[in-house]
Amino acid sequence: MQIIFFLLAATALISGIMVVIQVNPVRSALFLVLNFFALAGIYLLANAQFIAAIQIIVYAGAIMVLFLFVIMLLNLRQPEEGGAQQHLGQKIFGATLAGGTAALVIYTISKIKLPPGKEMVEGFGTTEMVAKSLFTEYLLPFEATSILLLVAVVGAVILAKSRLD
Amino acid sequence: MSIEIPTINLTNIGPLITLSVAGLLLLLVDAFSIKGTKKGYFHQISLVAVVIAVLQTIWLWGRNEMDFSRMIYVDNYSFFFYLIFLLGTGVSILLSVRYLENYNKNYGEYYALMLFAAVGMMLMAAGGNLVTIFLGVEILSIPIYIMAGMFREDLKSNESALKYLLLGAFSSAFLLFGIAMLYGATGTFFLEDIAKVIKSGGMNALTYMGLGLLIVGLGFKVSLAPFHMWTPDVYEGAPTSVTAFMSVGTKAAAFAVFLRIFMDVFPTVRMDWDMLLWVLAVATMTVGNVTALAQTNIKRMLAYSSIAHAGYILIGMIAGNQLGAIGILYYLVAYTLMNLGAFGVVILVSRKKDSYLNIYDYSGLGFQYPGLALVMSVFMFGLVGMPPTAGFIGKFYIFSAAIEANYIWLVLIGVVNSLISVYYYLRITVIMYMKPAEADLGPVDMNATMTTTLIASAVAVLIIGIFPSSVFNLALSSVKIFGS
Repeated sequence: MQIIFFLLAATALISGIMVVIQVNPVRSALFLVLNFFALAGIYLLANAQFIAAIQIIVYAGAIMVLFLFVIMLLNLRQPEEGGAQQHLGQKIFGATLAGGTAALVIYTISKIKLPPGKEMVEGFGTTEMVAKSLFTEYLLPFEATSILLLVAVVGAVILAKSRLD
Repeated sequence: MSIEIPTINLTNIGPLITLSVAGLLLLLVDAFSIKGTKKGYFHQISLVAVVIAVLQTIWLWGRNEMDFSRMIYVDNYSFFFYLIFLLGTGVSILLSVRYLENYNKNYGEYYALMLFAAVGMMLMAAGGNLVTIFLGVEILSIPIYIMAGMFREDLKSNESALKYLLLGAFSSAFLLFGIAMLYGATGTFFLEDIAKVIKSGGMNALTYMGLGLLIVGLGFKVSLAPFHMWTPDVYEGAPTSVTAFMSVGTKAAAFAVFLRIFMDVFPTVRMDWDMLLWVLAVATMTVGNVTALAQTNIKRMLAYSSIAHAGYILIGMIAGNQLGAIGILYYLVAYTLMNLGAFGVVILVSRKKDSYLNIYDYSGLGFQYPGLALVMSVFMFGLVGMPPTAGFIGKFYIFSAAIEANYIWLVLIGVVNSLISVYYYLRITVIMYMKPAEADLGPVDMNATMTTTLIASAVAVLIIGIFPSSVFNLALSSVKIFGS
């Protein structure tokens, strides 16, 4: 279990970094797909089967296809050399700052003793349990989500429609 | 597996349902109105919805229970905040009407989004479960991102929307991470149960991290000092009516959550967050007030002033006693009225294309438009906190709560900050009355909706400042849930 977790975590981290540092947007998007798969694996390890399946179907499947479509439609060209001026000093300063922060965080986390997690309820993470709590206990948040989605749709239309009358 | 449907009582969320239905109706009315004709009835519909929601809230007043499987609190505390949000929304709608028409932006979507944002605020104030609260935050934020970018041809509006969206998403991540930590430590999302676990088991590394991340996430929404960087740019770029709405609505909603979580969930570990909030409050007041001194754009000045006010309100939370909570509720009512009023005057004076936003454009306003200058002075005196305005009483309650809790230094710093703020608020008044007009201001469009709204707000600022007892009593019956 542990080995699988660390493998997945390393994949997720490295692919995440690659998403950011790749110059070619299509490559970035493909690394994002890899990242999503690694995350789905981690969800599975955490007993969240439903979320893992949704992660692959919705994110790695549907959303990334749209992402790639948009990138191809926009026809992004490689940025020309020397677009933004970067000084060596800036790079060193930024790297030191980031490295220092990371070191501080890692040191702190290694020092603290995390309490044992709570025990999981029976059937945690299965589709049945998710559905059951969505329609009983979490009824109000579930309904509120529909407002959230409606707002997002309205926003997309009003910000992107070519001509409003 | 059998499923038991929990019993629910829809009247308990009556105001939320009214606003949501009205939002849907507005979208439909806009979509089906005949092309070419003047679209109308948007603000009428939304105002009727707001009034109905107010009546429903008054009718609900006094209930004390939880509903929807403990997802929301149905108590006076929520209702008090419902009324603040409805006041803010109603006044913002009135301020928007002519502004949007002038810009040719009279869309039904604008009003619908505003009502949906109000629903989000209500979910935040009433939320008894961290999931509900988070959804409330998102339902509040996303309409505001959109409304900030509604003037699509205006680069500043675009900048404002994009900046708010990116930083807002960032802060949502902090909030969610904090919620996840608390869930990991306690095994529940319900505020009540988290409170029980912390009371019996104390804090540990996970709950500390959760607490800290919650402070960051909510601190962003109320623009506390290290998380305030977005505020001036977003407030400046967004359409002024939207700025008015978000400066009062978002702040009140986030403080509703802040107060409920800290008074309900973490009261037993006060020592842990006290010092943190103390530093944040001092930093927020000082940064807000000192930076506001240097502003010449009135929207930016009001943005920094709103940061400073978040600092004052935080003092009430640090005091942590009943008077402090009452002070916060009272202050938020006063702040809503004063800030909306000030932005209303800005809308009137700036007019088309926001061309008169420099504070020196107000020179000579006292001679040309004495009435307008007078209400602006009332709002400025209120924001300073001078008697007999509501701003004075609000500060009085908050500062005396802090003294009661022995935070003498905090109060001293607060008072010094209020003195600093006198300079930039009264500068507006001085410019209006004691400087001759530098440039021709041109005719100000004094329409009936705006003038009535502004006069009513100014009168309300004075009335609840002179007779604070009614609001005080309402606030008192709202904060009784907080034990102490």
